Amino acid sequence: MTGTDNTINAKTNADGNSAKPSGNSCGSGGSHGYSAGCKVICRYAGCEYKGSYITERDGKAVVKLPSGYNIGVEYSALTPTDEAANAAPAPKKIEQNESLPKLSIISTGGTIASKIDYRTGAVTSQFEADDILRAIPDLKNIAQFSAHVPATILSENMTVDIWKTLARTIYDEIKAGTKGIIVTHGTDTLAYSAAAISFMVKTPVPIIFVGSQRSADRPSSDNVMNGMCSAAAALSDLGEVAVVMHGTTDDDYCSIHRGTRVRKMHTSRRDAFRSMNIKPLGKVDYPSLDVKLEGDAVRRGTNEVELFDSMEENVGLVYFYPGMRPEIISAFNGYKGLIIAGTGLGHTSSLCIDAIRHLIETGTTVVMTSQCLNGRVCDRVYDTGRDLLDAGIIEGEDLLPEVAFVKLMWVLGNEKDPEKIKELMKTDLRGETGRCLKNV
Amino acid sequence: MSEQNAKDATANGTKKADPKNIRVPEQDYEKIGLMAGIEIHQQLDTKEKLFCHCPTRLRDVSEKTGEIKRYLRATESEMGEIDRAAEEEMKKQNRIYTYYEFDSTCLVENDEEPPAPMNPEAFELSLIIAKMMGMTPVQQVHVMRKLVIDGSNTSGFQRTSLVALNGRIPCIEGGAGIDSLCLEEDAAQRVEGDIFSLDRLGIPLVEITTAPDLKTPQEVKEAAKYIGMLLRSTGRVKRGLGTIRQDVNISIKGGARVEIKGVQDLALIDEVVRREILRQQNLIAIRDELIKRGAKVLKEVYDVTELFRDTESSILKRAKCILAIRLQGFNGLVGREIQPGRRLGSEISDYAKKCGVGGLFHTDELPAYGVTADEVAKLRGFTGAMPEDCVILVADTKKKAQCAIGQIIKRSELSFEGVLEETRKMLEGGSTAYMRPLPGAARMYPETDVLPVNLPTEYWDNLVIPELLTAKEERFVKELGLDPALANNIAFSVRCGLFEKAVKNGIKPALAARTIYATLREIKRDGADVAKISDDAILQLLTAVEKGEAAKEAVPDILKAVAGGADVRKAMEEISPSVSTEELSGVIAKIVTERSDFVKAQGMRALGPLMGVVMQEMRGKVDGKVISNILKEEIQKVLN
Repeated sequence: MTGTDNTINAKTNADGNSAKPSGNSCGSGGSHGYSAGCKVICRYAGCEYKGSYITERDGKAVVKLPSGYNIGVEYSALTPTDEAANAAPAPKKIEQNESLPKLSIISTGGTIASKIDYRTGAVTSQFEADDILRAIPDLKNIAQFSAHVPATILSENMTVDIWKTLARTIYDEIKAGTKGIIVTHGTDTLAYSAAAISFMVKTPVPIIFVGSQRSADRPSSDNVMNGMCSAAAALSDLGEVAVVMHGTTDDDYCSIHRGTRVRKMHTSRRDAFRSMNIKPLGKVDYPSLDVKLEGDAVRRGTNEVELFDSMEENVGLVYFYPGMRPEIISAFNGYKGLIIAGTGLGHTSSLCIDAIRHLIETGTTVVMTSQCLNGRVCDRVYDTGRDLLDAGIIEGEDLLPEVAFVKLMWVLGNEKDPEKIKELMKTDLRGETGRCLKNV
Repeated sequence: MSEQNAKDATANGTKKADPKNIRVPEQDYEKIGLMAGIEIHQQLDTKEKLFCHCPTRLRDVSEKTGEIKRYLRATESEMGEIDRAAEEEMKKQNRIYTYYEFDSTCLVENDEEPPAPMNPEAFELSLIIAKMMGMTPVQQVHVMRKLVIDGSNTSGFQRTSLVALNGRIPCIEGGAGIDSLCLEEDAAQRVEGDIFSLDRLGIPLVEITTAPDLKTPQEVKEAAKYIGMLLRSTGRVKRGLGTIRQDVNISIKGGARVEIKGVQDLALIDEVVRREILRQQNLIAIRDELIKRGAKVLKEVYDVTELFRDTESSILKRAKCILAIRLQGFNGLVGREIQPGRRLGSEISDYAKKCGVGGLFHTDELPAYGVTADEVAKLRGFTGAMPEDCVILVADTKKKAQCAIGQIIKRSELSFEGVLEETRKMLEGGSTAYMRPLPGAARMYPETDVLPVNLPTEYWDNLVIPELLTAKEERFVKELGLDPALANNIAFSVRCGLFEKAVKNGIKPALAARTIYATLREIKRDGADVAKISDDAILQLLTAVEKGEAAKEAVPDILKAVAGGADVRKAMEEISPSVSTEELSGVIAKIVTERSDFVKAQGMRALGPLMGVVMQEMRGKVDGKVISNILKEEIQKVLN
């Protein structure tokens, strides 16, 4: 879910040699005959320590000593024992209060609730309502939860197929009468997914995307506050797709961001998610969980539930840079759509314009957005912009490049007429663009 | 004394000796089976912190640039358990911690950025220290997270790694084992209450743990002293108040292992041990007595708020809710002293305070503090207490009082176990108070954001061990002819390195030692800010004196000027301008001629008094020896 994911992932041995958790005694499998958690005698530094074998790291055996410290030693320092590994304590069943309103938790595999199996270094793949309720025990006091796990991935591995499954799962839950949806998601691509679901599901109830920036296994994790606030938002009067994450570095409130207007603006801070070009839709105070919605937030029940799960996957997103060779643009030949994150008001170099023109002539829809992120694209101010317009690009208004990317996939998946495509791209469908930019 | 916080208590009865000043008598430690070990935490003087690139500089609270506010909660260990010490801290949940930021702290301290790789400078230094103690380094060092949720770490854990195992130091007869050396990050400094400042968080610390080989309080002190000396021998550890902290681990036969944290004053460490022995002995005796009496903790809780409606006790009067329990057969034992200033009641009170109450009252100490004999009688009657029973009262809001009474019952029941495995904190004077249960291995789990560090054999082999300060001291006496006391002082001084450099540069050892140790102390006493005098300035001055460019006698004045911000060269010119031999001879000749009658009458005996006159005239500009030689010649001239 955060940068730590990669580290965790890297911990599983690339050679597939990783020790499997088991209640077995040592000498019965795993690396060098040692399986995770098994009891060993470790002879080191002239002493004998009774330890537990953990895993293998760079050819060394990692052993947990009685003090709780792990050390890496040669395998020759270890002797297996007959003593069985401590079985992990059975998780307690969580009682849910059936008189509380129903919420749905849909997980795509973030670390907001899942645990790391330190004996293997792997993120546990099992997930049910109990897991998130164990991680955030206070949740069970405000709602009863049903859980769905359409995927268990690190968010950088998100795909259009998973978006489709996610959209269908959400649609089914709303149809079944849930009061609100919470989607737990890794933060890396959380904003892309929130935008995708914004277009794919028209919703009468809140669909809240939430994640955690600091992993759930640390006492300071933001998962508890984000989780509680997302549940409060899911029960609120909101009626659209939103992202609920820390509003500041303090544990004081979460901001509610529109799913089509939000961006991860920091690699690691709790308050990485920011509303772009508009103010947040509201906030959830912590620990009171009071929800405040702004006037322009779409209210519960405004829309009927509808599913649009067609997406055109042949769409690209390219970041223009000084000196970019036109071949980079030409590489998207055959794509149905391309989003360019241009400079300033929405520019590429003049050198790239012919390649863009060729792309458009051969049937690719090209939409210009800006690397500035804040503000509107305008290709009518400078010559280069006019040349780009002449080549056939569509001005992406105040769309964020990632949102334009997702929107173009969705528009192309649902509409074939070039004129209508252009019109749809410039029309506000889910609050992703506005006729007037406010001074925020 | 009531088991209330001192500020809440009203003084009562006769004055006893201040428990702070009591010295507990020695015992036969072999007979009582004393086992003791120490943990030394020493800050390293590295350029950067252990897991970020911020400086290791302590700041004043007034320099803070911002505040952040956070909650913490206990998480399960990798083995699926919640550590008992962490769970204890969780009782104080719903507490928001405040952290002060500075322009010298960053997002890593704020727990807003993953840690940088382990600081190689700190890692090397920890290995050098390990090598000095004959330890075996760990081949692959793994950084762990040690759960600490008292607020002192923004992340809720302290990063720590086991670097070396099994060494030995010759601090006592037969030596003492060193079990482990860990490299860890220091915690945030508590400003007050739940407010912490982030400047100290992340400063590298070595934690050295001895084996339980120490058999007397004196040996504990010797071991602490030796390790402190060894650490300072590196010349790369922080010095001064709070840069080294000692924890003491103690148990006696029939007792339990108790860890006492935060013994900052080495002079008190043996007293802490003696008092803990006493505490354990008394808790065992109380347990035996309770069993003999057939005592019992009755779990019925009495709401006695109404009983104290018209009380004169300010604490009880203020309280919204007063709860009581009856301890059957405990009479006299709750109030029995177990170490100076501490009773069983204090131990029970420490548990209750976890709920946020100020403390408790028990009938062993009543009537007192505004509670009358009549009220005590009513209380005993209401709870059905017999004369052999003790009643404990706690007063606060209903929620806090209920929490506290539960804790009181829990700790009272634990009295039947005698000594408990605990982490305790030292109080003024050397007695201790309960902090939390001893943490177990469940509080440790891997720091997944830091890669393990492999230690190549050649790297270890090539580490050079510094000379011990005690060896330096001996060498200074033997090779440099220093007086043993001065040798000791200079070897243990922070400017020992400067001394050695000066001697290497050809400065006479006695001059260098005297200036660097004695002179600096003297002018400091006179109010000079000696910290402002750089090593280079001192070296420059000593070199000038050695060359005869400045007079020895002028050194204190020159250093004072330098401390005040003057340049060394300029200070020397002003205070001790070089005087030519001709000029000096002229002055001396004049003085002698003017006093020729005196000289004729006194002969060579005039040398002493005239020395004084000339010295005063020259005001330290010239070395006394030079003056003395010329003066002798001039006197001789007059006499001839």
